[in-house]
Amino acid sequence: MFSIERWQEIFEGLFKNKLRTVLTGVSVASGIFILVILLGAGNGIQNGIQKQFEQDAVNRISVWPGITQKEYNGLGIGREIQLHNSDYTTALTLLSDHIEYKSAVYSVWSGNMVFKKETGTYRVEGVHPDYQFIENASIVKGRFLNQSDIANYEKHVVIGQKVANDLFKGEEELLGQELSISGTIYKVIGVFTDPGGEREESRVYIPISTAQRAYSAGDKIRSIVFTLKRNADFDNAVAESHEFTQKLETFLRARHTIAPDDKGALHINNSLDQAKNIYIITGGVKAFFWFVGICTIIAGVVGVGNIMLIIVKERTKEIGIRKALGASPFSIISMILQEAVFITVVAGFSGLVFGLLVWEFVGPSIETDFFTRPEVDFNVAITTLVILVVAGAFAGFVPAYRAAKIRPIIALRGD
Amino acid sequence: MIEIKDLHKSYQMGKNSLHVLKGIDFTVKEGEFVSIMGSSGSGKSTLLNIIGILDEADSGTYTLDSVPIKNLNETIASRYRNKFLGFVFQSFNLINYKSALDNVALPLYYQGVGRKERMERSMYYLEKVGLANWAKHLPSEMSGGQKQRVAIARALAADPKVLLADEPTGALDTKTSYEVMELIQQINDEGKTVLIVTHESDIAEMTKRIVFLKDGQIESDKPVNQVRASEYV
Ligand SMILES: Nc1ncnc2c1ncn2[C@@H]1O[C@H](COP(=O)(O)OP(=O)(O)OP(=O)(O)O)[C@@H](O)[C@H]1O
Ligand SMILES: [Mg+2]
Repeated sequence: MFSIERWQEIFEGLFKNKLRTVLTGVSVASGIFILVILLGAGNGIQNGIQKQFEQDAVNRISVWPGITQKEYNGLGIGREIQLHNSDYTTALTLLSDHIEYKSAVYSVWSGNMVFKKETGTYRVEGVHPDYQFIENASIVKGRFLNQSDIANYEKHVVIGQKVANDLFKGEEELLGQELSISGTIYKVIGVFTDPGGEREESRVYIPISTAQRAYSAGDKIRSIVFTLKRNADFDNAVAESHEFTQKLETFLRARHTIAPDDKGALHINNSLDQAKNIYIITGGVKAFFWFVGICTIIAGVVGVGNIMLIIVKERTKEIGIRKALGASPFSIISMILQEAVFITVVAGFSGLVFGLLVWEFVGPSIETDFFTRPEVDFNVAITTLVILVVAGAFAGFVPAYRAAKIRPIIALRGD
Repeated sequence: MIEIKDLHKSYQMGKNSLHVLKGIDFTVKEGEFVSIMGSSGSGKSTLLNIIGILDEADSGTYTLDSVPIKNLNETIASRYRNKFLGFVFQSFNLINYKSALDNVALPLYYQGVGRKERMERSMYYLEKVGLANWAKHLPSEMSGGQKQRVAIARALAADPKVLLADEPTGALDTKTSYEVMELIQQINDEGKTVLIVTHESDIAEMTKRIVFLKDGQIESDKPVNQVRASEYV
């Protein structure tokens, strides 16, 4: 199989039959090339959608109470449910295993803010330090709230970029400035930006303890927000978050005597359910490109098979001559197969490398929000190549075997 | 060298079977130069192909150089063809993408002869047929006579025991035919056993024995006084 003599004979055949060699090579190479391009595009779209979506923490669960709509355990309709600090702390101890970030929130929709002559109305949120990560906010100046701000009821405020732009125009140093919110003076300790844009930057964060005191809320809270630890496998993530939501809901309903099916009294928003839709879309996109890719491979396999059939047919007479001169069936078969494998490997590999290079150099210039990192798994590409080569060899083997077995006189006549 | 007894061969064509060879008894000794003649369709090519192990008889015995040729698989058949037989075809059957030299070298390649020796020996035979200057040319660049001489060089390259030629001059004009026959006569002079099929009696006269086929049987088989092709050239 590996004698130099035989390879010399094969290279002579390939070299002297340039047209045939080139045509076979081009069809194999273009098949692999198209496949690489398709897979890359599929990945690019998927990565793009995923990136869009990853801007907010994916596995976010928030709870806020409402008004009962069902009688339960002797308690009537129209009862207003109120969450307290203790709901938050107890939930934390109960569910701490799965939680990544957590915060209770006491918010005021419109806080009147005054800085020197500038005034404005913005949303005020009393939160815990983790809230920064839940919102994916990034600090551009100063710092976010910390644990000691909460413990000491500090009158500290972290303001959104929009608030900073509106109220602190032309101010060189924001940090340490005094901002009046609903009549109370707070010290600015940080400025944040949020991937959610202006809407989410039109708010300020203060320690939840301070907020509760400033708005005479006692230990009342408006809502609780968690994010769960990430799970690489999406289905597991969904299952885990459902379980978590279930536990949290059961706990809160029992604690506040709410009917299990009273939707109005307790709202739980599980962002993963929304995420699921997006994952399904990206999954669909990926499946589509795989489907197209697999069709391409099948077409490639059929194409290579066809080429091999034609080559063997075209060479029937040559095979007859070689046999009349004493070529054994084995030498005929191995000649055809070695040629086929050699062409498919070289051409397939060129197509693969060319496809990868296209993504390498063209990829970055066509990146958009919904199309990022159009890369191709090298292993997938190599596997495809191997499939094509094996298919080509097999497709070549059958007619080669038949041609090698027939009597030379029949092969010689066959033209 | 060749011993054939009661050889039969028929072709199956759909439901009909065409009985082409109907009991051939035929012996050729080493060094003989035999021509097989007969009208078209009398089974000359069929007989020669069977002798050349390119085809197989239905019944009867065939012994080549004391080796019985019967029910060979293709691998062994190819080895015998390579070792015992050199074949020359009416339509030359050169491989069109190989140079004259490479065509001649092919039987040696299948004999496992190394490249260098292969080229030397092939060159020797090309010289013998007078085509040393054409070694690098492709068949498409040569005349019919030249092609047939390349084919003869190729048939001789592996030094076979028997040279078989099916109408070697069938595609050539008279003058070229005689040149080719002169070459074949020289080969026979050197001691090689030669069988040719022809339907031209002037060609047959240049051999040493004429076998006449008719209706799948040998009608006559007699020695002739060989006419030297060189007398015409
Ligand atoms: N493969 C085949 N299938 C069917 N019939 C065949 C086959 N080969 C030959 N024949 C028939 O067998 C008969 C003998 O053929 P063969 O080629 O031996 O004749 P031939 O004497 O060489 O004739 P020619 O002088 O025309 O070459 C012919 O009638 C031919 O039609
Ligand atoms: Mg004939």
